[in-house]
Amino acid sequence: MDEILKIEQLKKSFDDLSVLDGIDLSVKKGEVVVIVGPSGCGKSTFLRCLNGLEDIQEGRVSLESEVINPVSKSTVNARKKIGMVFQSYDLFPHKTILQNITLAPMKVHKRKKAEAEGEALQLLERVGLVSKKDNYPRQLSGGQKQRVAIVRALMMHPEVLLFDEVTAALDPEMVREVLEVILSLAKEGRTMLIVTHEMAFAKAVADRIIFMDGGKIIEQGTPDDIFEHPKTERLQSFLKTFTYDR
Amino acid sequence: MMDFEIINSYIPRFLEAFRLTITIGWLGIALAFVVGIVVAFVQHFHVPVLTAIAKVYIELFRNTPLLVQLFFIYFGLPKIGFQISAEVCGVVGLGLLGGSYMAESIRSGLEAIPPSQTESAVSLGMTKPQLFWNVILPQAFTISLPAIMANVIFLLKETSVFSAISLMDLMFTAKDLIGLYYNTTECLFMLVVSYTIMLLPVSLVGRLAEKKVRYRMFGD
Amino acid sequence: MGFEVLLKGQNMARLIEGLGVALRISAISVSVSIFLGIVLGVVMTSKNPVVRFVSAVYLEIVRIMPQMVLLFLVFFGATKALGLRIEAEFASILVFSFWGTAEMADLVRGAVKSIPVIQYESSEALGLSRLQTYVYVILPQVVRRLIPLSINLITRMIKTTSLVMMIGIVEVLKVGQQIIEANRKSSPNAAFAVFATIFVLYFFACWPFSCLSKYLEKKWEN
Repeated sequence: MDEILKIEQLKKSFDDLSVLDGIDLSVKKGEVVVIVGPSGCGKSTFLRCLNGLEDIQEGRVSLESEVINPVSKSTVNARKKIGMVFQSYDLFPHKTILQNITLAPMKVHKRKKAEAEGEALQLLERVGLVSKKDNYPRQLSGGQKQRVAIVRALMMHPEVLLFDEVTAALDPEMVREVLEVILSLAKEGRTMLIVTHEMAFAKAVADRIIFMDGGKIIEQGTPDDIFEHPKTERLQSFLKTFTYDR
Repeated sequence: MMDFEIINSYIPRFLEAFRLTITIGWLGIALAFVVGIVVAFVQHFHVPVLTAIAKVYIELFRNTPLLVQLFFIYFGLPKIGFQISAEVCGVVGLGLLGGSYMAESIRSGLEAIPPSQTESAVSLGMTKPQLFWNVILPQAFTISLPAIMANVIFLLKETSVFSAISLMDLMFTAKDLIGLYYNTTECLFMLVVSYTIMLLPVSLVGRLAEKKVRYRMFGD
Repeated sequence: MGFEVLLKGQNMARLIEGLGVALRISAISVSVSIFLGIVLGVVMTSKNPVVRFVSAVYLEIVRIMPQMVLLFLVFFGATKALGLRIEAEFASILVFSFWGTAEMADLVRGAVKSIPVIQYESSEALGLSRLQTYVYVILPQVVRRLIPLSINLITRMIKTTSLVMMIGIVEVLKVGQQIIEANRKSSPNAAFAVFATIFVLYFFACWPFSCLSKYLEKKWEN
């Protein structure tokens, strides 16, 4: 498989506080990479650096041959090939579901309305929300909003999808409906980077799991490597926080 | 008690005054809106130099009464060579006063949009202008609408000082007629009726529009 | 530009004295408004339909009727209807208090209503009595919201009192006109200097309050 996303010696700090401390990572086409780690380990910031939402101090992020970060003129272009879904959905409250989904394709890709709506309806059908197309975001549950946000990102035909703790703000019973959509995208062979706290989901969806702590990649490997045979002490103690002893 | 024959005979004069007041009032409000948008955009985009001027302008006009502003424009400025008619002075005065209020209302609407909205639009590949016109501005307008409506009502009420620069508005007419014929009750009645006709519909429609737009966007 | 007029005799002092008249009227009216407004605002949170209707009508009158019209109603109307001669200054205090009380009451009502129900419920769940809930939980939050808004009301009151010249009270604008009139020959351009000065005087009367209000609002926003 070909390498699509390449991160070299990425360093990022807020003022004096170092958040990402020299990260190297290369993602192959069709690979699903899940990033786990304790709160504040820098995993969300890392994801935001990948499409240029955060500027970086050192290193480089490139998609195929285009440099995304450090941010330059080519970033805007390369960014269109990277979709991102956020924890807080961030649908546009003043637009209906269908308008939310078709706004960017029509404005950014200059696609015809009818054609964009056609694809939008197909995708809505797939996530089971076609009946909500004329509703406003406020009329939807959190899980429904998040599925719409995923469709909105898919409409831009991204080559890479980033998911930033997309289930963290959801009620437990809604987590599954969102994760199943992501699982089905994985089965299609999409390239994805996922930050999550759902360990069972990580195990099921990931080709490779990255464990981050203190702004560094501490350990990486297959789900089996990470969950069954953790090598470092930090990963072992991190995994312990998910089990309870009496 | 009130004499309705007298009231009847006063109607033409009050109608004329009403027309003048409302024309200057709405022209002033239109000017205020334009000034407010320009000033708010200047501040929002941090246009160099102009931002500082905008700040001084807003502070000056929000912290002085319209009456004083009108006296300065109408009686003061001609002494250094700026002569304008009373009508234009009324429009400009109301426009400058209102502009400072509108600017603040629009700016705070723009500031109220959470940064995550910008981020999600940017990550969809939108350019800055696309983001501003399609995502930020429509939401900001909804948030600002109650304040903008309050400003409109406030500015319509402020028209009541125009008589000070010898515009023959409603107050001028009432005072004039009281002085001439001493029919105080009838004149005051006409005054109250005129301002009720001018403002009550705006107040009611404004409240309705607020509710409707708010419901559409935020569902409460 | 006529600024020499201000240095002549007591002219500058007279202007400031004129502003003092306006400020005195504001101070009295704002004190009355804040006091009555708090009482009325609390009353207005009641669910009684009569109270709600009467207060809605009162607020709407103040919302749509220019203070200038109210001033005319009291100053000219009361004389005619009741046959009593009301002092212009008393009339203006009456009108501005009528206006300010409504504004203040609306602010108080808004502040009380803005406290989320969960605050009452969690206080109750902790075993606080109704009175304790108000004294220790609700009031401190309401007051924090109200203080910046009340200070803002002061600046609006000061600006509003400029209207009193229209019913013949000799305040700063009137004094200004007198000075311009008296020096018509020697300083034909006095109008520019005098009105510019009054502009600046009003600005410095209001601006500190505006700044204080903004500062407190920022400081106390959660």
